[in-house]
Amino acid sequence: MSLRVDTPGRTASVRRFGPATRWVHRTTAVLMGVCVVTAACLYVPQLAELVGRRELVVRVHEWAGLALPVPVLAGLVSRAFRADLGFLNRFGPHDRVWLRAALRRDKRRSSRPAGKFNAGQKIYAAWIAGATLVMLGTGLIMWFTHLTPLVWRTSATFVHDWLALTIGIVLAGHIGMALGDPEARRGMRTGEVSREWAEREHSVWRRSAPREER
Amino acid sequence: MNPEQPEAPEARGEDHGAEQKQGKPVGRRVFLGTLGLGALGVVTAPTLQRGLESFLASASDKDPTGLTDLLPNGGGFRYYSVASSVPRKNATTYRLKVDGLVDHPRTYTLAELRALPQNRLVRDVQCVTGWRVPGTPFEGVRLSRLLDAAGVRQGAGAVRFTCFDGTYTESLTLDQARRADVLVALRMQDKALSHAHGGPARLYVAPMYFYKSAKWLSGITVTEDVKPGYWEERGYDVDAWVGRSNGRDDEPTS
Repeated sequence: MSLRVDTPGRTASVRRFGPATRWVHRTTAVLMGVCVVTAACLYVPQLAELVGRRELVVRVHEWAGLALPVPVLAGLVSRAFRADLGFLNRFGPHDRVWLRAALRRDKRRSSRPAGKFNAGQKIYAAWIAGATLVMLGTGLIMWFTHLTPLVWRTSATFVHDWLALTIGIVLAGHIGMALGDPEARRGMRTGEVSREWAEREHSVWRRSAPREER
Repeated sequence: MNPEQPEAPEARGEDHGAEQKQGKPVGRRVFLGTLGLGALGVVTAPTLQRGLESFLASASDKDPTGLTDLLPNGGGFRYYSVASSVPRKNATTYRLKVDGLVDHPRTYTLAELRALPQNRLVRDVQCVTGWRVPGTPFEGVRLSRLLDAAGVRQGAGAVRFTCFDGTYTESLTLDQARRADVLVALRMQDKALSHAHGGPARLYVAPMYFYKSAKWLSGITVTEDVKPGYWEERGYDVDAWVGRSNGRDDEPTS
């Protein structure tokens, strides 16, 4: 909880994300969406029967997957985006408090201190980045079968299948949480969030932000 | 409201920068750990897969919801179609044409095929993408019987299969086609072959990867030479013996 006395401007907005971060998120989300939808059409029998056109769907899936890391890589030219990655990378003492509270299912705000990103968002970001690259690697082995020993293809298929299922579940959680927090979505859409929300959800971030910002 | 706040200016304050630079790089560790686990998964996959497959196969036998079938290698068939949509054929509309280098070309109805002697085979089905369905019964007419009835001419060396999805094709050499474990299947898992499984009639080539077993079979043409089929033009082996082709070492199915 921040001990602020300056009550005017309760409804004021604060800057949360620059355009680079928002565009990286947007394009990554679209590409990931294409990967998930095409994967479902290749994998779920009912959808596969409905859609058919296996070669085309495979082609779209492959190219969307190949393009998936591009927005993040392109975003690295932006200093603001690199700064956001820095926030995601570093874990402070408050993150440990947050994680412990999450494990105890303690939902009180006071036991969930968070910087610009909370510990859950940080772990999600790191995991989904790693998982995406594992999917890309195993996907490439399945795509260019002649480049690797062929036993690898079966192994890669195995990892690709099970990780896809895991990513689907985790991604549903990510989207579910965003659906439950309109202000967080506004932050990603417009770059601005209300100061009240920022102080409630990301107290450590707001406390350390410059006071002049209104 | 100050929407054009410059990004990361000095004015952001020391605390702000501190949040970014101090603290442990746990994010990087999670990221690298996930990559490592992925690589480990690929290395240990053969062992893991064997264990999981046997577990899931027994689980899916007892699973009334069918949800386990949606899990990877959940002990079921997967539907692959290369066409945008496949017309449905039934006992009145289905026809199977036998032609090419034969003395007596003819067209069979489903009833005529059913009236011929039926053979039942129970073998594992192995897909070239890795999934395997153990002990699946297929029942139908031996392909060799249809070829003999048509009277294969001198100089013929291969058989070409076409499908009423309008796209898929397959080929076998004449010797392969005459094997006793190659059927025009009308039943699968002791039920009439459903549309999703290639019904009302499909090819069933027991000793080969399942892409040879063309679904929705509508034409059998005797030719001089083998012409690569749909997937074979896209890189799969024409002689698709299970365990001895496509770089795989699965246990033979027949």
